[in-house]
Amino acid sequence: MADYRKMWEDLGMDVETHDQLCAVLPQAFGDVFLSQENRPEGMDYYNMVVADIHGIRPAELIEHQKKGGKVFGTFCVYVPDEIVFAADAIATGLCGGSQFWVPGGEKVLPTNTCPLIKASVGARVDRTCPFFRIADMYVGETTCDGKKKAWEILAEDVPVHVMNLPQMKRAKDVKAWAEEIEAFKDVVEEFTGNKVTAEKLAESIKLINNKRKALERLYDLRKNETLPISGCDALLISQIAFYDDPTRFTQMTNKLCDELEKRVADGVSVVPAGTKRIMLTGTPLAIPNWKLHNIVETSGGAVVCEEMCTGTRYFEKQVDETAETLEDQYMALANRYMNINCACFTPNSGRIDDILRLAEEYKVDGIIDVNLKFCGLYDTEGYFVERAMKEAGIPVLGIETDYTDSDAQQLRTRVSAFIEMLNN
Amino acid sequence: MNYVGIDIGSTASKVAVRGEKSMYFVLPTGWSSKETCLTIKERLAAEAIDVLSDDTKVVATGYGRVAVDFADYVITEITCHARGGREMAGDNCAIIDVGGQDTKVIIVENGMVQDFLMNDKCSAGTGKFLEIMANRLGVALQELFDMAEAGTVLPISSLCTVFAESEVINYIGEGRKRGDIAAGVVDSVASKVAQLSQRKTLLEKVILTGGLSDSEYFCRILSEKIGHKVEGTEYGRYAGALGAALLAEEKSR
Repeated sequence: MADYRKMWEDLGMDVETHDQLCAVLPQAFGDVFLSQENRPEGMDYYNMVVADIHGIRPAELIEHQKKGGKVFGTFCVYVPDEIVFAADAIATGLCGGSQFWVPGGEKVLPTNTCPLIKASVGARVDRTCPFFRIADMYVGETTCDGKKKAWEILAEDVPVHVMNLPQMKRAKDVKAWAEEIEAFKDVVEEFTGNKVTAEKLAESIKLINNKRKALERLYDLRKNETLPISGCDALLISQIAFYDDPTRFTQMTNKLCDELEKRVADGVSVVPAGTKRIMLTGTPLAIPNWKLHNIVETSGGAVVCEEMCTGTRYFEKQVDETAETLEDQYMALANRYMNINCACFTPNSGRIDDILRLAEEYKVDGIIDVNLKFCGLYDTEGYFVERAMKEAGIPVLGIETDYTDSDAQQLRTRVSAFIEMLNN
Repeated sequence: MNYVGIDIGSTASKVAVRGEKSMYFVLPTGWSSKETCLTIKERLAAEAIDVLSDDTKVVATGYGRVAVDFADYVITEITCHARGGREMAGDNCAIIDVGGQDTKVIIVENGMVQDFLMNDKCSAGTGKFLEIMANRLGVALQELFDMAEAGTVLPISSLCTVFAESEVINYIGEGRKRGDIAAGVVDSVASKVAQLSQRKTLLEKVILTGGLSDSEYFCRILSEKIGHKVEGTEYGRYAGALGAALLAEEKSR
């Protein structure tokens, strides 16, 4: 690993505290990923990206800034990266997925805030993540009450633009989101000093569509009975998608898919035939949250799909590329993004339809509905998820957890029992 | 052949033997599951059951199941409890198990686990809650039940054991009757267990297993809360161990 201490110091990071994170991550990564057998060779790229997660990509972002470019930090799959890239800026995901940052967040947030928000705020206030230091502007959204208030706290320390996401899906709400996208474009233009033209936006729509298509291709491969890639590895790729260079990511993911296609043709599976196929649904698993995938896949199951923001919600459905004017492009973007089914919407029956469809497409044997502690929205919606799955005859296990390892043994018991139940 | 089921719970370790020999015993888990396993191994040896021999099949279950290094199979307590409960209540039943650190509801249909639920990390609605409160009131668990039966329920509203303990301390400070506080404690556990149970559709036959399964009083309160008859079981605390022994037999066929 290259030495990035100087870079971290220049970013104003608390390097000593950050060292503690650097000290544990390789072990955690090794335990979860490198211990897997029969991994695709194409995973080498993602291994490298994660091994230097706070080095390689941050250095690229700083290079971009040195040339006068801006970096926008985002927290949600509803925020359209297309606008950012169209202004020759870079968007990077900022969601925190480690307990390491949670105590920092708890300094300013109530304890009963979800760990994702606490970790994200903690990473900023404790100055222990380079991405949070690099981003010139954070882009928030109104997907939950915890986040809305967190933006206000963060805005005291860093420029924050908040997009007002509607919470119903009527035609006027889609239109309202198109207007929010346009307003966001104005903010981005002013902040970067670069004009977003219809040509530039058309280009970036293609760029992000291509990234989504690569992910879709990867996920399609997981639909095969011959499972060419583990759930852990697929999740890692989904997580990396949020912050890697989109062109390179698309290229590397397509390259991996070539290998996976060959594996499927050759009958090379990462699990023995008959291994129970599990889909995880619910709240996002931000990097480096690999806890549940690891438990499932070391308890005799295989994760074949994530109906999550770090999963299908991120890449399903493309933006219409035929729109030619900015007006039409905003609408095309709004149509695509408003098609994502998050529990922050009411009603949100589209999500139940998604889960039922995915269960069939991915030939799922059982569903684990995951809720990050204190996410009231997904927790409440779990009632409908569980009921609909029961009606469809799909076994479902509801789990609530956070980033700590204190419940790992209990979770293992539940997940193992669930898989024993499916095996009977 | 002997089939041994070992259920290492958080509070008590239960052992059931079937086959040539037939026996049940229980011992406190203590601080080390490893040491408990050693004691169990010795106790079995004293009965001429050698856990390492090919004539003995061992299934380990419970939270300390991985500590049983001489087990032939390791199976979760859900599956084992379901198997044991089925032996006690038939192929279609709901099993409510109040354990030392967790409470589970298992739905068995046609002899198979159809669905299950466990309480979250929190210890409210578990044996641990009763243990802590009995301690606070300075009585043994059985005494707590005896006192509660004669008392009038004082409401304990907190969802959390630590906060509920504060409520109990408040009552003590106010000079309330110990029996009334005890009644409140048992009522609170039963309410929480009932809440959990009601998240699932129970079947006609519902049994209680775990350390409280032979308490007629607790079954009565729980039945009232759920609005459905919950039957106690004489050997309910051995449901997991018995299930493990049965699975040892079935797996080695």
